[in-house]
Amino acid sequence: MTDTVARLAGKPWIWSFVGAGLVWLAAIAFTGGYGGGGMLTAALSLSVFTVVVGVGQMFVITLGPGNVDLSLPANIGLASAVAMKVMGGDDRLVAVGLFAALASGVCVGVANYLLIWALRIPPIIATLSASFIIQSIDISYGRGLQIKPPPGFADFTNIQIIGVPLIALLTALFTLGAGIALHRTVYGRSVLAIGQNIRAARLAGLKVEPIRFLTYSICGALGGLDGALLAGYFRGANVDIGNEYLLASIAVVVIGGTSVAGGKANIPGVWGGALFLVLLLTMLNTFGVSAGLRLLLTGAIIVAVITAAGGQKATR
Amino acid sequence: MTAIAQPALRESAGVNLRRLLRALLPALSLTLVLAAIAYLNPRAISYFGFNLMLNLAVPIALATMAQMFVIAGNDLDLSIGTFVGFVCCITATWLRETPLVGVLVLLGCIGVYAALGALIYLRNLPSIVVTLGMSFVWQGLAILLLPKPGGNAPDWLQAIMGVKPPIVPFPILAAVAIAAVGYFGLMRTSYGAILRGAGGNALAIDRAGWSLLKAKAALFALTGVFGVLSGMALVGITTSADANIGNGYTLLSIAGVILGGGEFVGGRVSPIGAVIGALTLALAASPLLTFMRIPPDWQVAANGAILVIVLAARILISQKGSDQ
Amino acid sequence: MAVAGRNIVTLDGVEKSFGAVRALDGVSLTVARGECVGLVGHNGAGKSTLMHVLAGTAAPDKGRIIIAGVAQQGYSAGRAKDLGVRCVFQELSLCPNLTVAENARVFHPALRGFNWRHKAGNLIIDKLDEIFPGHGIAASDLAQDLSIGRRQMVEVARAFTVSDRPADLVILDEPTSSLDTHTAGQLLAFSRRSVARGVSCIFISHILAEVLRNCDRIAVMRDGKVVVADQAGAFDRDRLIAAMGGVENRERGADNSTATTSLSQAPMRVRALPARQTNGVELMAHEGEVIGLAGLSGHGQTDLLLAIFSASTRRRAGVEVAAPVALVAGDRQSDGIFPQWSIAENVGVRSLSKLREGLLISRRREDALANTWRDKIKIRTPDMRNNILSLSGGNQQKTLFARALASDAAIVLMDDPMRGVDFGTKLEVYALIREEARAGRTFLWYTTETDELKNCDHVYVFRDGEIVADLTRNEISEERVIQSSFAGTQ
Repeated sequence: MTDTVARLAGKPWIWSFVGAGLVWLAAIAFTGGYGGGGMLTAALSLSVFTVVVGVGQMFVITLGPGNVDLSLPANIGLASAVAMKVMGGDDRLVAVGLFAALASGVCVGVANYLLIWALRIPPIIATLSASFIIQSIDISYGRGLQIKPPPGFADFTNIQIIGVPLIALLTALFTLGAGIALHRTVYGRSVLAIGQNIRAARLAGLKVEPIRFLTYSICGALGGLDGALLAGYFRGANVDIGNEYLLASIAVVVIGGTSVAGGKANIPGVWGGALFLVLLLTMLNTFGVSAGLRLLLTGAIIVAVITAAGGQKATR
Repeated sequence: MTAIAQPALRESAGVNLRRLLRALLPALSLTLVLAAIAYLNPRAISYFGFNLMLNLAVPIALATMAQMFVIAGNDLDLSIGTFVGFVCCITATWLRETPLVGVLVLLGCIGVYAALGALIYLRNLPSIVVTLGMSFVWQGLAILLLPKPGGNAPDWLQAIMGVKPPIVPFPILAAVAIAAVGYFGLMRTSYGAILRGAGGNALAIDRAGWSLLKAKAALFALTGVFGVLSGMALVGITTSADANIGNGYTLLSIAGVILGGGEFVGGRVSPIGAVIGALTLALAASPLLTFMRIPPDWQVAANGAILVIVLAARILISQKGSDQ
Repeated sequence: MAVAGRNIVTLDGVEKSFGAVRALDGVSLTVARGECVGLVGHNGAGKSTLMHVLAGTAAPDKGRIIIAGVAQQGYSAGRAKDLGVRCVFQELSLCPNLTVAENARVFHPALRGFNWRHKAGNLIIDKLDEIFPGHGIAASDLAQDLSIGRRQMVEVARAFTVSDRPADLVILDEPTSSLDTHTAGQLLAFSRRSVARGVSCIFISHILAEVLRNCDRIAVMRDGKVVVADQAGAFDRDRLIAAMGGVENRERGADNSTATTSLSQAPMRVRALPARQTNGVELMAHEGEVIGLAGLSGHGQTDLLLAIFSASTRRRAGVEVAAPVALVAGDRQSDGIFPQWSIAENVGVRSLSKLREGLLISRRREDALANTWRDKIKIRTPDMRNNILSLSGGNQQKTLFARALASDAAIVLMDDPMRGVDFGTKLEVYALIREEARAGRTFLWYTTETDELKNCDHVYVFRDGEIVADLTRNEISEERVIQSSFAGTQ
């Protein structure tokens, strides 16, 4: 028994789940046990949006130091507008709308990569600049957009099966697939190799640039998907719908145990981190804290969690 | 003997040329932007014009300098923007009403930054995440202090920021002074070499007997100092404070350091370049766009586009040099 | 206590373990003042660990460190420096973003105050002039702009510089590994002069001839202990090798009978024209050949290898490649190792498509491949699924070889990969190279050690970026290679 416990404790992602659990318990304790189940259901739904982009961001971050996608919020905002406009409130056009949102996301990812590769701009700056441009496109494209999502689609995002949201189950399947892809495909191994030592990866015959291109495109696509889902869940698109997901996507990746230095990625941890963050916000809302205090506590807890987890061990 | 000396001479000449080009790039970017402005609106090239256009250049330059210290140590500060906002709020309230408390709190903030640096070193934490968390903390504190925009900057501060020296506009003088302090402190002093070395090869610095802990704490403390100065300068110009006023400074400061020739890893930064980068961005962010008559919807995009253009130009020029 | 005055350093019963690995198993060693002690040993013998303990960068689990007669408590790197112990390790420790003068300052805290840059610059340049006349390095050069050989020169010079504390003992760990023959000679000559002046030296090198020539005493380490220590005159090459682990040096005469003419009938695999070649001479390699690239380091050999490597994936003017290419890097830390991965994953990374079963990589196939190569190239590890950093340097290098040989590459490029690797490991790898060549693989082998060229079928000597000599097997000799490497003799 202690052996299993010891093995579990060594896994980097376990702490994010433990944290999530503790936060949930604190929230229930405050409400006297009331609404615990509902809290979990809502948390699972909300976590989905963070997990989807978290996985994309995780692949990008794993590519190595300096790789991060800061264009995510703008991407999500634009994709939500595209999805809603294409779907036009018509249930029959849902698939087309989703496809359009994915396409919009892929375009963003490709644009990011082109800036990075062709102009040799560091990813942080490239994705930042791209986000400015995408934001403007979104503003002028989505001007006065009031289109509601098709009712079927909106309902779909809210379906629950014995209290567990359907989108959460689908997302769990998705992350399972992502995990397998990371460790057992040539693509995933290449990402891990590039993150550890890009020069060695090149000299070992790995196709570095195509892999990076693929990764940024995937991250963009996932952002697009997230935009469509968010518009469905919150029943409407707007420019700012993705704003909180930039920090959230990076935070869940790191809290979950992925190394910011690259080369080491962790899929279960993305779920743990997302649940933790969402439940944290729920707990704070339950306690009735003011906006300023909420921000302060969120930040302090993030710092505390990462301090407790510690950074990577120094290599020889 | 000669076989070895000749390649050495050739190598030195090529190396020096590359270094010269590397150093000149930020100045070239600035010249480009100035030239564009001069072409679009010649009247802007005047004492009055510069004073107006470079209005916010001083706080931006100070924030960029702050970011530069952190980047020199292979870290990144994603909280500088909200920190500047918090400092603005403190300055507009406590520093004016109860100066002693205000000063102590500001010094305390610098202490917090130093402690963060120590924490990051001791626990080997990724600075991106820690400063991300801290950005929430500073923002929360600012909102708690000033839930609504208000407050009033101290009179002496407003007077300093409003000074109008003859011939050369104040922002330019201030920028030169900031660059000089940064350059002298980081590039010319003997401890500055250690700080930069800690970013270049921390293990070597450690083996040579220097305290990496102190170096990291020092770099972060310097960031705190310049962050405080930036906030004070900002509120001295805007006279009243707002919790969210500095939010854009995070990305502006990073862009400024990179524009100035700095790199994210390796301890390679340039204080003079960083200030020039900050000035370039201050000019390109608003005045240039207004002169180009870009509609407001697209001004945000233009920010990004200008960044891309300037960086692309830099890469093309430096193509003959580095291979990374 | 009269002995204390004579000995600068005494290590007594030093033990150190890294987890389950016993790196030092009770080492005792003394170094007298004004003496050069050579330290040799097979890979994993504990030489580098012992030097780290002596330099204060690693703490021993047991044992005493006595410096100048005083037993040390709480020994550290700072303390070591205070007591006059200096070291130049295999890992370069300059700050690439600082100038040569600033790097000197890093080393000497006393160099501060108004004119520190000037003082530091003079200090290091004077020492460089003393050790390596004609070095061509300026105090304001950025370390990152210097070649690896020049960086090594600065490191070595820096170790000998003195500001406020004396240098009583200098540890040189494979100091000539990044230097070409000429500068290595300058260093060894200086080391002899400095020993004569009273500065002791511990000299670690895998080039046994260097050790035999330059040291007063030699200590041989094996399995974490010093097994024999004696005057240098009492040793010869065979006795050293026997003491290190009994690996016999019989390889020298092998395979001399293979005629070189028959190999040129084999299909051509590589044809490459060096970028700076003025007379159109090309490098040509056929199936089953082992081709050497020689000459002073940094004269275009690595550039040509990298050009050949890139030609395998895209068209490149002047280079033709007819089969898949793999490269074994020389600088394993920056170009080869994936530090988060296991040994097995490091071996398999160039053969990923081969390891696939359907869409996914098969664990079974990966382990099978790793174990095959563990046995073939003799990687010393209990489990190939351990992290790669658990291996010693020589075994890590073997992993990089296994990676290249396990792949489908018919052409293997070697970028001086045997730098700093112990003698026993080298022999094992040479044997494997010859075996693979007999099976049809082509090897292009850049090495800075002329001895290794005797394994080649023929050798191209480089100078200033072009091929200046093409020596067949019978013509390969140290004299001819050196002759061609310097201008004025062609």
